[in-house]
Amino acid sequence: MTSQVSSPAEQADGAGGAIGEQRSAPQHDGAGKEIRRVDRVIIRFAGDSGDGMQLTGDRFTSETASFGNDLSTLPNFPAEIRAPAGTLPGVSSFQLHFADHDILTPGDAPNVLVAMNPAALKANIADVPRGAEIIINTDEFTKRPMAKVGYETSPLEDGSLDAYSIHQVPLTTLTVEALKDFGLTRKEAERSKNMFALGLLSWMYHRPTEGTESFLRQKFAKKPEIAEANVAAFRAGWNFGETTEDFAVSYEVAPATKAFPTGTYRNISGNLALSYGLITAARQADLPLYLGSYPITPASDILHELSKHKNFGVRTFQAEDEIAGIGAALGAAFGGALGVTTTSGPGVALKSETIGLAVSLELPLLIVDIQRGGPSTGLPTKTEQADLLQAMYGRNGEAPVPVVAPRTPADCFDAALDAARIALTYRTPVFLLSDGYLANGSEPWRIPDVADLPDLSVQFATGPNHELADGTEVFWPYKRDPQTLARPWAVPGTPGLEHRIGGIEKQDGTGNISYDPANHDHMVRTRQAKIDGIQVPDLEVDDPDGARTLVLGWGSTYGPITAAVRRLRATGSPVAQAHLRHLNPFPGNLGEVLKRYDKVVVPEMNLGQLATLIRAKYLVDAQSYNQVNGMPFKAEQLATVLKEAIND
Amino acid sequence: MTEVTDAPTLLSLVPKAEAKQSMKDFKSDQEVRWCPGCGDYAVLAAVQGFMPELGLARENIVFVSGIGCSSRFPYYMNTYGMHSIHGRAPAIATGLATSRRDLSVWVVTGDGDALSIGGNHLIHALRRNVNLKILLFNNRIYGLTKGQYSPTSELGKITKSTPMGSLDAPFNPVSLALGAEASFVARTVDSDRKHLTEVLRQAADHPGTALVEIYQNCNIFNDGAFDALKDKDQAEEAVIRLEHGQPIRFGAGLTKGVIRNERTGDLEAVEVTAENEARILVHDAHAASPTTAFALSRLADPHTLHRTPIGVFRDVQRPVYDTLMADQLETAVDQRGKGDLGTLLAGSDTWTVVG
Repeated sequence: MTSQVSSPAEQADGAGGAIGEQRSAPQHDGAGKEIRRVDRVIIRFAGDSGDGMQLTGDRFTSETASFGNDLSTLPNFPAEIRAPAGTLPGVSSFQLHFADHDILTPGDAPNVLVAMNPAALKANIADVPRGAEIIINTDEFTKRPMAKVGYETSPLEDGSLDAYSIHQVPLTTLTVEALKDFGLTRKEAERSKNMFALGLLSWMYHRPTEGTESFLRQKFAKKPEIAEANVAAFRAGWNFGETTEDFAVSYEVAPATKAFPTGTYRNISGNLALSYGLITAARQADLPLYLGSYPITPASDILHELSKHKNFGVRTFQAEDEIAGIGAALGAAFGGALGVTTTSGPGVALKSETIGLAVSLELPLLIVDIQRGGPSTGLPTKTEQADLLQAMYGRNGEAPVPVVAPRTPADCFDAALDAARIALTYRTPVFLLSDGYLANGSEPWRIPDVADLPDLSVQFATGPNHELADGTEVFWPYKRDPQTLARPWAVPGTPGLEHRIGGIEKQDGTGNISYDPANHDHMVRTRQAKIDGIQVPDLEVDDPDGARTLVLGWGSTYGPITAAVRRLRATGSPVAQAHLRHLNPFPGNLGEVLKRYDKVVVPEMNLGQLATLIRAKYLVDAQSYNQVNGMPFKAEQLATVLKEAIND
Repeated sequence: MTEVTDAPTLLSLVPKAEAKQSMKDFKSDQEVRWCPGCGDYAVLAAVQGFMPELGLARENIVFVSGIGCSSRFPYYMNTYGMHSIHGRAPAIATGLATSRRDLSVWVVTGDGDALSIGGNHLIHALRRNVNLKILLFNNRIYGLTKGQYSPTSELGKITKSTPMGSLDAPFNPVSLALGAEASFVARTVDSDRKHLTEVLRQAADHPGTALVEIYQNCNIFNDGAFDALKDKDQAEEAVIRLEHGQPIRFGAGLTKGVIRNERTGDLEAVEVTAENEARILVHDAHAASPTTAFALSRLADPHTLHRTPIGVFRDVQRPVYDTLMADQLETAVDQRGKGDLGTLLAGSDTWTVVG
């Protein structure tokens, strides 16, 4: 069977070598079945929105993480909670890439597709390379479900799947059969078929099972019979793999011991890492965390997560709308909290005026934008990075706001700390631009030692900071720190520092209302200078071969770009790579870096927003490569584009 | 819920002033820039005059406003203050009040700010019962933008933007607040300092959101809007003074009263007679149901303003959002202990890589 070894054209990443490369000669298990050791595997679970594919994927991911593989995931689901059953729009899938070495993406194409129904097969087959394995729930391949998605003849019989290695498994029937002693209705029993599939795949890839069993018992603690039924279905799936002739081979992917520095790891999604980053930032700053938010996909999970941690003193306020969400966060910031609002693009549009107020008030505030497809409602559950210019410029007047972007799910933790550092040090609102891919995707994360976390402590104003000509000591709310240009943060409750601030232009120093033309000019330039002067590290360039082409990215494209770069280098095409965390201000050396290369290619999941910024600022003829289909780039596609640019 | 017994202690969370205060202590060094003759001056003076009575530490008092003439108010108060953006003051103040229970937070807003652009925030603050005191200056006109009709302007109002008369029915702010589950709703008039101060006193004492509608004259764009309530000859007939526990009577010699029509259940103003005197409604601001308060808010004739009740319509105690939020934080610590960051970050599913 060649299904686990695909052609180089389907390579996702890894340092060269074909995907699924065999690590050693085949062995055999106790039952005499062959065990192959491979370097990496891409699995996609696909089914109806109600089939529990996300849960199945999450569990397989947890098993894989605890086994010690490197991994990367791509959940993909419709915006509808329950689209009509069995239809193409209702298909939900979860792709997982795991390896015995360091990987960067959820993989371009699956080696194994689990198709729970005809719609899942039809919606995903185009992504599956020939030779790959497809596990099909034959129970669902009856006339009506097939007709519903336009199969006139059964793909199981008409030869259209001949190029694949097909496992026909009556998943539903087997599950119901396995649970016949549980006293469940047929419908209840059928719902465990995803656990049967998980058990089967867990056998196929030698995953540990204890985690899933204890997870199920915990999840259904209040309904022990359902918990046990799911455990039984899970075990039945495992046993089915072990005993049936159809599955002659299982695979081992060894732990990725060399890929990881020493440490303790866990699997983490972007939204969870970002939530932990916010809690950590508040603790390191010794400030209470206050989240003002309004539910919006794909940001709501941060609201849910932070709401669980009230014992950290975290206040979460689900506001009446996006505007009130940021308003409350800003009010809390005025009172001395670390104020945060979380949203996605449409919410940012509504918050714009308040962000402008925060610029004018010069108070610390974090605006977390989990970008999704736009414009307007767009594609709520799909990813995009098209809010960069909105974050940069989407306000009236000259209202500069720093912009920070994480590059991987786990990096959302560090990016949140960095955004908080900037907000607190410079007394400014800061954009944290994540996206749907980072938010829902996951990867292993080296758990930081709390003692090593950065100190973000702030100093509130405590007394007068200015002496008038007559010797009177006064407090000036807009007298700046000469280094950072930050103004003092004087919180209510501090005697003697009573002051009024507002959105009207303020006199330099005193903060009193001022309509003076020269003062306004000075204040506009000062606010800009403060943001321009924010300390950010220089851009690091990875260029081992002295390349002439630079690929520059930002945000979640890091994984696919890096995978493409590795692939090109492995085939002897030198390319330099740099990835921006700070979009405003840019690193001080960016202009010099750009000028070093003959060619600069900027892949983005928008129509060229970063390219527009760097062309304007540095007069560099950067070439855009753009994709806005709601999905992350594929490494192969980027490698092809970069190769053309190099050879051009 | 322990809120009701807690309630009187809410103000005690705010530190007291160390020394006796005077009105002067609450005047900021900024020049007041309202039009000469504006009703806002009277309200400012009343508030500055009332603040020393509260005896709170000045640094623990915050005034938050939106946009409009009245929203310049914080600049003139020698407390902490924020002049924010149009309509959003209740949202901003909510964040401040819910994160800092040691502060006395006041919102100053107008009829356009609170009821038009900021309507959503106002009703949600009221329903949540956040510990805010909201002073809604109602002059029934847009002043700062120079005279367009507002959401409280009478139907058919001729203004620059409505040369043939406005087409939309006005809001009655007291009715709106009662419908939005407000726990404290009052109305007063800029020119009646004594009444205004008494209403402020009760509002300040109230745990939770207090909405005070202040009829305020804009002498430039809507002069005389409330003359019916101020004119010596008319006022006795027009104004119904609500006092908790007192029969609702008005008119010269208190010859008129409010009774409930037994057939419709609605309220109506009648001449008091020997037969109906026993049926004169006794005002109960603490009634659990807002029904009668709402009926009172509908008594006034929207055009002539005759039969306009002023005073506290409703003053009931119910759980305060800030308190509930703080209680949840405490409960979480009680149940799970103070959060430990290392434990949180590690989670339950980990593996170790050794070098």
